[in-house]
Amino acid sequence: MNVELRDPNIIMKLSRLGSFHQSRLSFLRSFLSEFKDWKYNRDLFDLDQEGYGTAVYSFKKKARVYSLICYANKINDDERSDRVIATKWDAAFTLHDGVPLKEDIERLRNEVPKQEVGRLSYKELTLSRANKSVRIFDHVVESLSNGNQPNLELLEKVGYLYRTTAVYGSGKFGLADRFRIKNRDEINGPFRLEMMLVYLVRQFTFDQVNHVAKNRNPQLAVKLDSKICRNLGIGNSTGLGMAPFIVNHPTLLNNWILNREIALKKIREIKIVKTQDRDLFKDCVKSSLKNITSWNTESEYQLKKIKLLLKDIKKFINFLENEFNFKKDYPFNKIYLWLEKETCEECIEYVVSIMMEPFGEIVQPLVGQMSSEEEKYFNIPTERNVGDLKKILKNKYSDILKINFQTKKSNQKFWFISKNKEEPRLANRFEENGADLEQPLAIARDIKKLYERLLPLKDNLRINQFLIDNSDLRHVVRRAFIIEKFPYSEIQDNTIGENLVPIDMLRLKLSFFGALKFDPRSDKWLRICMFQGAPLPNELKNYDEQWVYKTHS
Amino acid sequence: MKSLSEIETTVKRASRAAGYSWGIAEEVGKSIKLSELFGFSGIKNLNQYYQNKKKENFEEIKLIHKINKSAGSSFCPIMLGVNFIDQIKNIETLKKCSVKNLAYPLLLLPFLSRGSEIIGKKLLFSFDGFKFLLNFNVSISSNFWEKEIPILANQVEISFINNEDNFSNQDWKNLYKLAEDTFVEETDSLKESAAGAGLTDND
Repeated sequence: MNVELRDPNIIMKLSRLGSFHQSRLSFLRSFLSEFKDWKYNRDLFDLDQEGYGTAVYSFKKKARVYSLICYANKINDDERSDRVIATKWDAAFTLHDGVPLKEDIERLRNEVPKQEVGRLSYKELTLSRANKSVRIFDHVVESLSNGNQPNLELLEKVGYLYRTTAVYGSGKFGLADRFRIKNRDEINGPFRLEMMLVYLVRQFTFDQVNHVAKNRNPQLAVKLDSKICRNLGIGNSTGLGMAPFIVNHPTLLNNWILNREIALKKIREIKIVKTQDRDLFKDCVKSSLKNITSWNTESEYQLKKIKLLLKDIKKFINFLENEFNFKKDYPFNKIYLWLEKETCEECIEYVVSIMMEPFGEIVQPLVGQMSSEEEKYFNIPTERNVGDLKKILKNKYSDILKINFQTKKSNQKFWFISKNKEEPRLANRFEENGADLEQPLAIARDIKKLYERLLPLKDNLRINQFLIDNSDLRHVVRRAFIIEKFPYSEIQDNTIGENLVPIDMLRLKLSFFGALKFDPRSDKWLRICMFQGAPLPNELKNYDEQWVYKTHS
Repeated sequence: MKSLSEIETTVKRASRAAGYSWGIAEEVGKSIKLSELFGFSGIKNLNQYYQNKKKENFEEIKLIHKINKSAGSSFCPIMLGVNFIDQIKNIETLKKCSVKNLAYPLLLLPFLSRGSEIIGKKLLFSFDGFKFLLNFNVSISSNFWEKEIPILANQVEISFINNEDNFSNQDWKNLYKLAEDTFVEETDSLKESAAGAGLTDND
């Protein structure tokens, strides 16, 4: 049986992309899988009694070493902010390529805590900072120093000791450009070094909390139980900075989605499913219920989605247990068709992710296909003609061409770069200044404009001739020829309309990172948790691949 | 040291601010990044050009012909570069083209380098005694090093170089003969068991 890949016109809608969940393809899971046989070490731990100082952690294999350098600094409570405008953080980190020399550690001590205004070098790969969840950190220190483990209920509500507020890579602030490292096999996957940084930071937070507790009461203090550590991740506050990334990297976006779609297609095409695969799938669905019920948020938008998800998952479990026969041919195809008919988008994508769990042999080869050489597809094939371009637009942007951009509500928002922080922002075109400096992220509007300009032209006109007098639309001409080859490269929605929910764009990217428990704090930023439930570095040699669904066990 | 990623992003934004469309600004970002990667002073020249652009008018070439003369002011290297890439398959049929009066010729260099890759041919870019050989966007050879490149090129020539060996047949024969010294003479029995042996070629 041949199952078609799902239609990009459905999958690439923002409401669907904003319903994506982590899966075996997610970057933090593929990072763990890649680095499980690397040698982990804590090379330096030079903190004072209060937990301020320097630490270095590394992963090593043969001649290759990656070292996380941590600088923990004292800051006042009124200086602590998760916003991008902050200038001080509880801790700052960089991932160094190789073993850092003393001079490197000293050089970086002056730069890393400054973050965006510091300068890194080609020897550094990623950069980040994090703030304590003071309430949780203090509670854990207090408990441990008194010889007790912390209150699990309180820990479960938050899920981490620290949260990062940005993780930078790929040449930002002088960091190494991607071209310097892209041929290394172990990082043949997007954001792998960013994942490594976050993972090692997580271990630093446990070591630091133990250290402070021990110094507070050397006689009585106990260590944080490793099972509790495992159930803590690293929080992250994410704002609009992430949203333009998925628009600005069309072939990369395509490869993320396409490989997810290929995995689903292959799973739906399995005629007979082995008993152990069936059981693993069912186990993951059932044990994942705890992930939903422990998903805390005050966002009404997200609460509604969680409520619907929980209702539909329970309905699905009932269907699996009481109505469904796994012994019939192509069971996952039948399950998928049932989900499409009976459940919400959030539930469909949730189960699609879980479907991948038993099928490492399908998913694993796809992990290596998720990067992209964007530059290869940059040049516009200008020898093609207007007829070709019209055809592409009609076939690949059919819903976008139906949007009426003459109305105010279709044009309500605009994306710009803020002068003070050089970060992307979104504003109301009719209420704020700056629309003349709009970023090229209104792809739907510009595609429609391109189509209208092409319509009266003869089909045999060459693109190079068209571009001479239409250079204002050059950026979307390029995109149209990209989508011809990469069907999932474009969001099939209006990114400047009145109804835009920007966190859908963030959620898409974060789901591929492997984030859990999306907690929107507005329509423009959210908190998430990464690596919650993940094995600790000393457990990597032999860990349960399905740890995500066993977080609370 | 600035990373290439920082260079590309900043150049793209500066080019938009200098009045180019986003699509053109993207082209300039990629090209100046290449320039710097190859060791040519793209940032310095672009900065000077954008400063001058505020005061001076530069002519924007549209269709590139065999001979291109400006009406008075010098040509904009950015629009020449973008149109050169866009029209390269037509220009190739001319085998050679010339441009009189080109501002900041070094800014054209990375566009030609990209063009060389698109067309699969080496290009020779020469002006006022300076020569650059563009090798499929893999490398650029030139007859200058650390000399200041003028901000105006009076007479520019761009030639498409046919894909031909740049060594003599005799040089090749001599080298090939030496390479043959690594081969082993086959015995008759080995010949009989080689691929295809034992079959008639007409079956």
